[in-house]
Amino acid sequence: MSGARKHRSVGGTGNLAVLKPFSLHNAAPSAWRLQPGHGYMLFAALVLFVLVGEVQAAPARPSIIATMWKWTPFLLQGFAFNILISFVSIIIGTMAGAALGLGQISVSRPIRAVSWTVTQFFRNAPWLVLLFYCIFLIPFEFELFGVTIPFPAWIKAVIGLSLPVMANFSEIVRGAVQSIPDGQWEAAESLAYTRRQTLWLIVLPQCIKRMLPPWMNLYAVLTMATPLVSIVGVGEGMTTTGEILAAENRSDLLIPFYMYLLCLFFIYCYPIARWTISLERKFAVKI
Amino acid sequence: MAESDWTPDQPMVSAKDVHKSFGALEVLKGISLDVMKGECICIIGPSGSGKSTFIRCINALNPINSGSILVEGQEVNDPQLDKLELRKKVGMVFQQYNLFPHKTALQNIMMAPIKVLKEDRDEVEQRARHLVKKVRLDGKEDSYPGELSGGQQQRVAIARSLAMRPDVMLFDEVTAALDPETVKEVLLTIRELAEEGMTCILVTHEMGFAREVANHVYFTDRGVIVEHGPPKTFFTEAEDPRTREFLSQIL
Amino acid sequence: MEAIWSWFEWLYEAHGVNLSIFYDSLDRDRFFFGLLTTIRLSLICIVASVVIGVVGAWLQTSRFKWTSRLVQGYIQFFRNTPPLVQLYFFFFAIGGVLPKVPDASGHMVPPIGNFTWAAISLSFFAGAFNVEIFRAGIEAVPKSTSEAAEALGYTRLQSYIYIILPLAFRVCLPSLNNNLVNLVKTTTLAYVIAVPELLYVSSQIWSDQFNVREMMNVLLFTYVGLVAVLVFMMHRWEKTLKIPGYGR
Repeated sequence: MSGARKHRSVGGTGNLAVLKPFSLHNAAPSAWRLQPGHGYMLFAALVLFVLVGEVQAAPARPSIIATMWKWTPFLLQGFAFNILISFVSIIIGTMAGAALGLGQISVSRPIRAVSWTVTQFFRNAPWLVLLFYCIFLIPFEFELFGVTIPFPAWIKAVIGLSLPVMANFSEIVRGAVQSIPDGQWEAAESLAYTRRQTLWLIVLPQCIKRMLPPWMNLYAVLTMATPLVSIVGVGEGMTTTGEILAAENRSDLLIPFYMYLLCLFFIYCYPIARWTISLERKFAVKI
Repeated sequence: MAESDWTPDQPMVSAKDVHKSFGALEVLKGISLDVMKGECICIIGPSGSGKSTFIRCINALNPINSGSILVEGQEVNDPQLDKLELRKKVGMVFQQYNLFPHKTALQNIMMAPIKVLKEDRDEVEQRARHLVKKVRLDGKEDSYPGELSGGQQQRVAIARSLAMRPDVMLFDEVTAALDPETVKEVLLTIRELAEEGMTCILVTHEMGFAREVANHVYFTDRGVIVEHGPPKTFFTEAEDPRTREFLSQIL
Repeated sequence: MEAIWSWFEWLYEAHGVNLSIFYDSLDRDRFFFGLLTTIRLSLICIVASVVIGVVGAWLQTSRFKWTSRLVQGYIQFFRNTPPLVQLYFFFFAIGGVLPKVPDASGHMVPPIGNFTWAAISLSFFAGAFNVEIFRAGIEAVPKSTSEAAEALGYTRLQSYIYIILPLAFRVCLPSLNNNLVNLVKTTTLAYVIAVPELLYVSSQIWSDQFNVREMMNVLLFTYVGLVAVLVFMMHRWEKTLKIPGYGR
């Protein structure tokens, strides 16, 4: 009926004749034995670094902990920008990626080919290069109906991060649609659903569940890519850390402050990772 | 070890009061049976009655909690047991064939004698080719398990076990996962083995096979042997109501 | 060859498309050197991260609780923090507190150079993913398969070497591919510590030649090309390892 259904056999895992299914996807959740203990370990590592630094610190200077405390509001402010950038990028990237993903399963061959090419291109280009691309090649303002719309660097950076998110989400959509068994399409066809109806009423609703864990994973990856914008001069947590270290100009602060920033990211991303895995497990049983 | 005491007129496999629990669940509650050299016995019973567990205890895949299993006079329930010695004597075939998917049929058969027993490669290959013929798979030597039907895979698995030249063969529901058409060819292979004098212990649901080939039939239920006897009398004159109910359901 | 170079020069003069990496020998050498550096960095990190993955997966099966906990801690930390900050941490924080050593001419220099730091940092980053990938692969081998090996008298080590690892490796390959592709893309981060890889040399070229637009496109296509070559090779390898009748 459609080209999209024909290449479904390429992806996905089916039952094997020889053994029980060898699906890495099913095996992966059990491989992740996440425990709250990891958080404590991290905290312990931070304390250890601070203490080691503390011993080395000259007595005349304020202690490392006091310095870290003093700069905490400033650092958190910077980190908040990371979160903000990640939010805007995931929204733009997801919307664009959904359209592109649907393009990849379109009945029209040219649309499919173009969507596939765009997806592959942006998926395989390094995030940092895409970021540079947007920063340098998008004009800093637009002229639209005689109104000048400014395009500040941070918006360009957000677009730069959205591009790979778009391409990755496009693949998630395609993978999820193709993972729905052929029988669903055939059953719907035999009930006289049109292709569009089948897609929107039967297939996509089933896909949401399958797309959620990889989408959350994508969000975590995106969040961990947000410090890249500091390279192209957009302020965020990494920039803030650099500014603090420059202001203090103390080498004993280097390790504690970089650790501090790493921990902030860990505290934010680690629960997402755990949640993703618990969802994967939950859905794996039902699918 | 006391294995040298064993003589062929003693039971080849002798189980006495075997108990086995998985956590709080007691699966075997005192199983005793003797198998003489050259005998073929069938263990039947409803699923969950512990028959597969028992057969796996014989080659120490499952350790037992108490009791004793002697294979040619060697105690299986012995912490100092030389498992390699035991497994050279006892071959096992599984319900799911468990062939190694990355090796061809012939390689599956040859690998253990070469790698485990460190035997001469040419000699093993000759033996393996002979075994392939014996299980009627001529021409399938270089096929991978994934290219064979279930029945063919199961016969490769039988040949793989035979390549170790065991004295006893254990068959754990070997036809349960097969299509009805291919069950026949596997059973024929086992039947020939038994007729050649191989000592065989089968856990099976194939009553026809048990009736024709077995020397002795054991019926287990809830971890005990309820009743046993030679097939002639067993199938017609079963006394225990549980046995009769089971047989009436299955026949 | 000269004809091609001069064609690009003509392209610049006639159409304003400035691909100096083709007609300018200095830029050509710089770009080629950057490409080599990227490939070298990628290859070193691929090998090191795979080694970390195999050793880590093996340590995780260890009976000592603390070894596997330590490996878990390492995995979770490196998976859930930004690779860029990790690189900064290695280069500025750890590299900054290491004592300097005299070099051949007597100057005091850091004991570990920026290329090495990039290799260390990226290998640890990708290695954390590889540990999980290899472990999942080992766990995906059905227990019944190793049981069959056991019934045939294989020892634990023998069944690991002959049965489990060959199967596990085939199961891992697709995810390993993915991770290695990601690793190659992540080598661009070395730009921030001035490792002269592709992105870094390109930025030098475009600040000299003012040809950002052209260099950006060249960069994108070069990386997509590099990744395509890697994917192609890995797929070829996957194919040669494929077991007939196994999987789809």
